[in-house]
Order: sequence, then C-alpha cells, then structure tokens
Amino acid sequence: MKKVRIHINEDLCKGCGICISLCPNKVFAKSEEISSKGVFLPVIIHGDKCIACRICEEHCPDLAIFIEAQDVEK
Amino acid sequence: MDQKHVHPLLVKYARIGAYKQPHCPGCGNGIVAQCMLRAIDELKLDMDKIVFASGIGCSSWIPSPLFNADVLHTTHGRSLAFATGVKLSNPELRVVVFTGDGDSAAIGGNHLIQAARKNIEILTVLVNNRIYGMTGGQVAPTTPHGVKTKTTPYGNLEYPFDLCKLVEAAGASYVARWTTFHTRQLVSSMKKGLLKKGFSFIEVISQCPVQYGTFVGIRDPAEMLHIFRKISVPFEKAKNMSREELEGKIVIGEFVDIERTGLAEAYQRLLEMMNL
Amino acid sequence: MSSGANKIIEPGTHFLMGNEACALGAVVAGCKFFAFYPITPANEIAEYMSVLLPKVKGIYIQMEDEISSIASVIGASWAGRKAMTATSGPGFTLMQENIGYAVATETPCVIVDVQRCGPSTGTPPLPMQGDVYQAKYGSHSEYPIIALAPSSVKEMFTLTIESFNLAEKYRTPVILLSDALVGHLMETFEIPDLSQIEIVERKKPDKETSDAKYFLDEDVAPMPVFGCGYKAHVTGSTHDEKGLRNVEDPVYVDKVVRALHRKIEKHKENIVKVETKFLDDAEIALLTYGSVARTAIHVVNQARKTGIKVGIIRLITLWPFPDVQVQSAARKTGRIVVMENNLGQVVNKVSEVAAKYADVKFLPPRIIGSLHEPEYVINFLKEVY
Ligand SMILES: Cc1ncc(C[n+]2csc(CCOP(=O)(O)OP(=O)(O)O)c2C)c(N)n1
Ligand code: SF4
Ligand SMILES: [Mg+2]
Repeated sequence: MKKVRIHINEDLCKGCGICISLCPNKVFAKSEEISSKGVFLPVIIHGDKCIACRICEEHCPDLAIFIEAQDVEK
Repeated sequence: MDQKHVHPLLVKYARIGAYKQPHCPGCGNGIVAQCMLRAIDELKLDMDKIVFASGIGCSSWIPSPLFNADVLHTTHGRSLAFATGVKLSNPELRVVVFTGDGDSAAIGGNHLIQAARKNIEILTVLVNNRIYGMTGGQVAPTTPHGVKTKTTPYGNLEYPFDLCKLVEAAGASYVARWTTFHTRQLVSSMKKGLLKKGFSFIEVISQCPVQYGTFVGIRDPAEMLHIFRKISVPFEKAKNMSREELEGKIVIGEFVDIERTGLAEAYQRLLEMMNL
Repeated sequence: MSSGANKIIEPGTHFLMGNEACALGAVVAGCKFFAFYPITPANEIAEYMSVLLPKVKGIYIQMEDEISSIASVIGASWAGRKAMTATSGPGFTLMQENIGYAVATETPCVIVDVQRCGPSTGTPPLPMQGDVYQAKYGSHSEYPIIALAPSSVKEMFTLTIESFNLAEKYRTPVILLSDALVGHLMETFEIPDLSQIEIVERKKPDKETSDAKYFLDEDVAPMPVFGCGYKAHVTGSTHDEKGLRNVEDPVYVDKVVRALHRKIEKHKENIVKVETKFLDDAEIALLTYGSVARTAIHVVNQARKTGIKVGIIRLITLWPFPDVQVQSAARKTGRIVVMENNLGQVVNKVSEVAAKYADVKFLPPRIIGSLHEPEYVINFLKEVY
C-alpha cells in the first residue's frame, strides 16, 4: 500500500491538460473555473485511485505536478 | 510563488526566479527539460561541473535560464561549435547541448555532422518538433512531405531528414531517438549520453501544439503524445518492416552505442606525451 | 595558467615572417586555444600555432569553417583559456555574427584578419586595407570594437600581445587588422626577455554571491568562467547584469547598448595608440596605418631632404578611432594627407573629426593592392604644398 500525495503548483501550471489525459486511472479532471492566472487547472477528482505511477509528473512540461508516495503497512 | 508545491527537481537544480517554463502550454520542451534534470539527479552529477550550451529557438531555451549551472546560450545553429571550444578547453566539464531541428539540421547542420565525426565528448539533445517554432511555424528540414506550414501553404515538396541515420553515418558514439511520450527511455538514454566518452546524440520527437499542431490540426498536446505512442516503432521491429510500412511511423530506440576515444581525451593524451 | 612560452621561445634576434611573429606573440601573451579554417594569406599563423601550442599545453583545432572557428574560440574563452583565431576577408565576413556575440557577452578573444585584395574571393595573396569598416561595422546593430594595425613583423609580435592584453582587460574581442604584406613580410626583430613583457589576465569574481554582477559594468565586470561554481548565464539576447535574458523591457536594450559602448569609450585614453614623427614643425601630416605606413615613413625622410616640411601620424589603433590625436595633428599642420591601400576608408573618419581644423586629402596607391611608389607620393605632396 502506498500513501500518496499529489502536489499541483498553481503558479507553474499552464493548464495544458496532459496530466488529465495521460493518467491511467482518471484521477484528474479539468477545473470548470478559470484560475486567477487564467488557467483551467487540473483538479483531483479520484485521489484515492492514484497508484503513484508518476506518468502525470514525468509528462508535465512545467514541472507543476509531482507525487509524494510512501509505503505504508496495510 | 506557491512554495509548498515546488517540484523537488526545481528546488535542487533550477535557477532561482526561473522556475516558470518560458514555453507555450503543453510544449514538449519542458518534458525534455525535466528528463534531463531527472537523469542528472539519478546519476548524482554535480551541476557545477556541467556546461549547458544551446543555440536559438524554443528548444534552445530548455537550459536557459532554468538550469542552475553554467549556461551558454549562443547564436542560431552554432552551439555545437561553441561547445567544442568549451569541452576541449576544460575536458573535466561535462558538456550538454540543447538544440532544435532548425538549429542543428538546417543552419547548423554542418556543425552537427562535424561534431559527430570528431567524436567530441558532448551530449547533444535535439528536440525535433518538425517545425521552426520560435519564428512562427515555417517549414523545417524535418517537416514531413506534404505538410502545410506557414511557408509551405500548398504542402511541403521536400522530404525530411532522418537525423539519427545522418549522425550515425558521421561517426557518433551514441545515437538514440525517443519521443516526449517515452520519458523513461529518454531519461535512461540521457544517463548513457551523460556518461559516454564520445559524441552522443539523442533526437527527441516533440510536440509543438501551437505551431506544428495548428498546421496538422492537432492542438491538444495530450493527443499528440497519444499519437507518438501509437506511431512509434521500436528499432528492432522496424528492421523487418518495409519502407512503405514505415511511412508515417517514428522509429525509436538506441541505434548506436560504441566505445571510441573522444577528441578531448585524445588531445589530452597528446598534451601529456608532449609535456612529459 | 602560465604561458609556458619561456620553454620554447628564446629572447634575442629573430628572422621571421609576420604571420609567424604573430603566432609567437600569441604564445607569449598566454594564448591557449587557437581555432582556424585555412585561408590565404593567414595560413602561416595557424601552421605555426599547430606546432607551438601543444608544447605549452595549448589546444589547436581546425574547425569546419570560420563561423565555428570563432564560436569555439568564444567557448574556449568562457572555459577559461585565452583564445584566438585568424583569417582573411572572406572568413572575417563569416565570423561577423559571432564577433557581435562576443561583444554582447563580453568575451575576451583575439581575431587576426590578414587582409587580402578585392571583394569576394578577390586576389588572395595581395594586400589591401579593405576591411577597416568591416572591423567596426561588420556585425549587425551597434557595438564598440578595438582594432589594431601592425606595420612590421615586430608589431605582428608586439601588437598580438597587446591585442590579448586589451581583450582580457576590457572583456572584448580585439581585431588585429594586418594584411598580406605585413603577414608575409620577413624581417628581423628583437624578442626581449619574456619577463619584461607585460601580460594582462582577466579579472575573475572573488566568490559566488547572490548579488554578483558579471556583465554590463563600464569599468569591466569580473568574468565568471565556467566550471568554478559561478553558475554563469551567458546569452547574446538582451540581458541584465547577471546575464539573465530580458527581452521584454526596452530599458535593457538601451542599457546593454550604452554600457558596452561606454566600457570602451570611457577607457579610450588608455586604449588608443598612435605614433607621430616630425609633427612639431610640419606643414603637412601624412596619416597612415599598417603596411602603407612603411612607405610613408620612407617618403617623409625623402621629402624632408627636398625641403617639404612633412610629418607623420601613424594610427596603431584604428578602433576606437583616435580622434583626439588626429585633431591635434590637424591643428598643428592644417593639412592632412591620408594614405591607405583602398579607395578611402579611414579618410572618411579623418574628415569627420578633423575637417574643421585641416584640409584633408586622400591618396590611394596608383594601383589598388600595390604599394604607393615614393615618387608618386612626393609628387602629390609637392602639389599639395
Ligand atoms: C542567423 C539567424 N537566422 C535566423 C534566425 C531566426 N530564428 C530564430 S529561431 C529560428 C528557428 C528555430 O527553429 P528550431 O531550431 O527548430 O527551434 P524551435 O523553435 O522549433 O524549437 C530562426 C530561424 C536567427 N536567430 N539567427
Ligand atoms: S512555439 Fe511550439 S516549440 Fe515553441 S514554445 Fe510554443 S509549443 Fe513549444
Ligand atoms: Mg523546431
């Protein structure tokens, strides 16, 4: 089991949507509101489904998202 | 700046005040930047002993100003020649060049093949977005046949380079091609290139959603990444495919991985011999 | 890095070609990187450098063209070596974009242009002083440059050293504007004990500090050479004092253009050198430079015997232009005859600065690319007189 924390940096994210589209478990959705920076940020809709595969992190062109994962005892 | 959520690679390796990528939303250049920082991190290299050189173009802004190291942002097409001077002058420094398809396949094409022939110990990462991004979407020597661009409004009459074949024929020690979808393979190739004692060349097929994307009608960067995955063919498999079957495909993999004394090392040996 | 020159260069009398003297001068100055693309009449510099440099732990490399030669020289300079390239007109033209880059990034380096004859390929072995304006205006936009003109084999030695000293002191490319005549000339000259020769080294930052300024100081910022932890950011784009790109704010363009300009202009007095002879009582001043000065000196001696009170002002520095010195000669004599081997380059600059003090006349050789014959010059002086 992993304890996962998803960090999204709202100052760096440009809202390209790559994370939303590439995530195999559809953890993210596009925000319906535009942020103060003029970006449709990704929002976490199924945080519990994240398996810490880091596909979103590795494909983020703005290094605006990263995953912290810790192994925890069941 | 939102300090809580700053990527650890930025904290460790980015120039303060330069965290924000200068590229358009969804541009592949940032993915390539992240892969390089990851490769450096996994190898535990000292950033103070790496020089990053680049030419002119969006891709040439990958290390400049983001990477917190010595950065030499040069003139259009010439980064490999500048980098050759750096490497020969201080062989203890690792030298990495970031360049674009216009930068090193058009205006700097001769420097690319000469650097490969010299086998100078430089890792070159060429970001091939198949277009001139920075100047607004003009045709490049890598633009596929038939594609319409700003300056081929009736379709490209020319044929694109196979840059890996070109650099292989010129004599490079390491040659690989990946796409921005293949981040793990790219990191692993970058690690090899960083440690290689000869000329290393990695071509990264990358998405330019803003210019190229507009011309081919795919403006969604994520869709471009999905397409890269679909049309990529591993080198081993491509060997048994015909020219027609390979039409429109991207052959990915490592094409060359050999050991041959690099120029800077050869020169050091000469100097040692002459100054005994 | 010690030059190591004393290991391979003996003081005393040498009989050498100008181009060879240039190579020796470079080694004495501490040159440790030389890049080249073959071209007449500069080849002998490279041939000699390829022999000499490895003996002093220096690097010689033949690049694929002149663009990459100057590029690798700039890279070498940032990696901490004193660096030089040599060429002639066609190659000098190819180097122009990167010379502008060296100016903008404040990169010390030396470019020797052994000028040859004619536009385009022209006549390679013949001398001409056709690149005076190219040296100053060859790269785009606006920038300052230092250019020196040697007149003898000895000066191919001493002014090469001077070029390096100025380059290192002011963090700028310096152009040694020689020509086929001086480059291929053979003469004897003295090399003094090397310890007597002044050698300048670039200023380096003490240590890395967050407020360190590495660019755009009119009194010359220290150079954060690579590999020392300075995390230098070097770009030809408009930048701030840290070297970081700022292409949004026009104020920075203004800053870069002016700061680079002032860095040279402010120190002009220490940079500019001319040589004068017989000016005190002269009623005409012959103004020359480079190879043509050799004839001029001969002519002055001859003309004086026939009673023409002629003096000489020889420009050693062409850029920045020695306007104060030229004006002073103009005031003294009221008449200036400019001799150069072209259809009129320096003469324009002389007219610009001295026309209000003196009558300025121009004398090209009878045949461009050849020497001015002494009689031809004396006859002209008689007419002017
Ligand atoms: C000598 C010169 N010619 C032209 C340009 C204009 N220019 C700037 S970037 C560029 C094209 C860059 O294309 P590429 O290398 O593919 O980089 P990209 O922006 O696509 O990453 C050109 C032609 C220049 N800066 N210098
Ligand atoms: S124009 Fe294309 S290559 Fe350049 S930053 Fe934008 S998306 Fe990237
Ligand atoms: Mg491109």
